[in-house]
Amino acid sequence: MSDIAPTRPVPVTTEPPLVRALLIGLAVAFVALFLFAPLVTVFAEALAEGGRGVIAALSLPDARAAIAMTLTIAAIAVPLNAVFGIAAAWAIAKFDFRGKAVLITLIDLPFSVSPVVAGLTLVLLFGANSALGAWLMANDIRIVFALPGIVLATLFVTFPFVARELIPVMIEQGRAEEEAALTLGAPGWRIFLTVTLPNTRWALLYGVLLSNARAMGEFGAVAVVSGKIRGETATMPTMVEMFYNEYLSVAAFSLAAVLALLALLTLLLKSLLEWRHADLLAATRRH
Amino acid sequence: MNIEIEDIAKDFGTGRALYAVSLSIPSGALIALLGPSGSGKTTLLRILAGLEYPTSGRVRFDGADATGLSVQDRRAGFVFQSYALFRHMTVFENVAYGLRARPRRTRPPEAEIARRVTRLLELIQLPDIGPRYPNQLSGGQRQRVALARALAIEPRMLLLDEPFGALDARVRKDLCQGLREIHDRTGLTTVFVTHDQDEAMALADLVVVMSMGRIEQVGRPAEIRARPATDFVRAFTAA
Repeated sequence: MSDIAPTRPVPVTTEPPLVRALLIGLAVAFVALFLFAPLVTVFAEALAEGGRGVIAALSLPDARAAIAMTLTIAAIAVPLNAVFGIAAAWAIAKFDFRGKAVLITLIDLPFSVSPVVAGLTLVLLFGANSALGAWLMANDIRIVFALPGIVLATLFVTFPFVARELIPVMIEQGRAEEEAALTLGAPGWRIFLTVTLPNTRWALLYGVLLSNARAMGEFGAVAVVSGKIRGETATMPTMVEMFYNEYLSVAAFSLAAVLALLALLTLLLKSLLEWRHADLLAATRRH
Repeated sequence: MNIEIEDIAKDFGTGRALYAVSLSIPSGALIALLGPSGSGKTTLLRILAGLEYPTSGRVRFDGADATGLSVQDRRAGFVFQSYALFRHMTVFENVAYGLRARPRRTRPPEAEIARRVTRLLELIQLPDIGPRYPNQLSGGQRQRVALARALAIEPRMLLLDEPFGALDARVRKDLCQGLREIHDRTGLTTVFVTHDQDEAMALADLVVVMSMGRIEQVGRPAEIRARPATDFVRAFTAA
């Protein structure tokens, strides 16, 4: 064995330079092509007629109505799903009950069902042709082609995000801390607020951000259920499509750019929170 | 407080963990529940704490039926195997938790809470670690903080689940000594679970040897060593 003394000690976990260059190059190319280029294109196209064009496009009543609509939907759907998600994750992670596997599958359902199908289901369920729809109509309650329908569709497609983020974290943390709080005499609601929730707040934050991004960006389900009525039920993504189909390229991309900016803003917010609470994050061992 | 365990049985979905166990724990005693894993000792401890309910049988505290009493109302200071400290709270907040969780009319004022927490941290000989987080502590320190947190609620009894299990031999010896001192000082009825017979024999007034969900023998350490009641006890204590 002594005749193969290495001249240059190379760490065993290091790949040859060629492989390294190739892998890094591939990753960079992928990121540039599929993540960076589209984002740049959106902003470039929006600014094709200068900043004035963007302002003009965003002052269109239809564009403003769509922005307001999307923000309204997110403002309703995201908090609701945060609550539902927390409740579902809590039940699944901390308690044993019959039908748990079914519940987990149900939570994942929106991931596997096409959003268009989900939207269509809502139309069939609440539309004028169903018994329920007829009753709603008779009582002057509008669900389909109105805000409630869009909120329902958004709730459906964003349902898994919060629960999916929370369940693994809650399971990993187990029940010991909750049991400790019980033996210390704390009532259930207090344990939830002071132990369970703080321990999972980062997962909750990620879930809420993801769910927010999806709520704002959802197209398929909303397109079906909203009827895409301009100035009334059109959301930002559906309005982008309509502008684009009418060859109003600057308007379409300006609105798309606002959507992208909202997404970037949520990411920035997340990074900011992580940076500010770095020590606490380390203490609670959540990346 | 004395504890009476009368014909306690516990079934889990997977089988029977305890078979009609009866045991009388005199007030102020330091008791070890000794047995291999799966002997039912932790289940029995959790039933005393109210973290599990027995399938049948009763528990009495000072003669009063406590079988249906909720965990919160039992006031049992419990030290968990992995300590279960609240990881997002400082040591101070951990120890203060039980006092702050009390309903308003019985909750001490914040200054009084601070005074008590300080006193407890002195009792466990870690007076300066109040501002630290659990993940900045050693295993032995965590165990002592868990003990202080359990004592903060002025418990009626002290229950410990493998309190020295995760510690190295030297720390273990120190903490055994520490527990003995705290027990003698507070006079609390104390029950701890262990699979280590040396630990049980060295620390406890009374050792309860358990196996397969049954009590094999109850006796003082010397008695159990000198006159094992069953073959199991003989084999287990000889190991």
